[in-house]
Amino acid sequence: MTNRLEIKLWLAHRLTGMALGLFVIIHLITMIVVIQGGLSAAEIMERTSSNILVVIFYGLFVIAAAIHGSLGLRTVAQEVLSWRGSSLNFVILVFFALLCVLGMVAIKGLVL
Amino acid sequence: MNQNRDKKEYWASFVQRWSGVVLALFLPVHFWVLSLALQGGEVLDGFLHWTDVPLVKFAEAGLISLLAVHLLGGFRILIIEFFRWAEWQSNLIAVAIGGSFACGLLFLLRAF
Repeated sequence: MTNRLEIKLWLAHRLTGMALGLFVIIHLITMIVVIQGGLSAAEIMERTSSNILVVIFYGLFVIAAAIHGSLGLRTVAQEVLSWRGSSLNFVILVFFALLCVLGMVAIKGLVL
Repeated sequence: MNQNRDKKEYWASFVQRWSGVVLALFLPVHFWVLSLALQGGEVLDGFLHWTDVPLVKFAEAGLISLLAVHLLGGFRILIIEFFRWAEWQSNLIAVAIGGSFACGLLFLLRAF
């Protein structure tokens, strides 16, 4: 890994962190507001189904969380486990792809 | 770094790191649960019914606290890295702890 790439990955972690700051505040407020009285599928779907804003918001949220979470795990693996190199990058890429796919499937389930 | 265990900044870094790991590993489970909606509202309702017990609500409040502490700790890191140091920034650890507890308690108050 070149230093230039490492700097780009550090910047990506910070920039996605900034975006997630906004997304997570909205998500936390939503969770605290909607939990009262319990959750039901019908109640969730009523808010989310056929709502293009939900797709845009959660689409960006999933991508930012997938990048931020994957890069964070990569840093921890490097510093705590001293695991470096292409094997680590491959596992992190697989985790990133898994998060993107599962996240998009979740949005599809909530919106369609 | 282990020599600094008596410093609050060490524990702020520790909590930031491991809360991030827990949240990143929780994401695939979270997305999978939401995607149950694709199999029909009754499947998602079945899972939501299972989560409607005190133990799970306390676990959810714990996750919300972790998310809040990671969010506020992340803001602290961004402020330290991107702005000139000022004495007030040393209070941000206390803000992160207080905000985290407040979010968890608020969630529990509304969940029960």
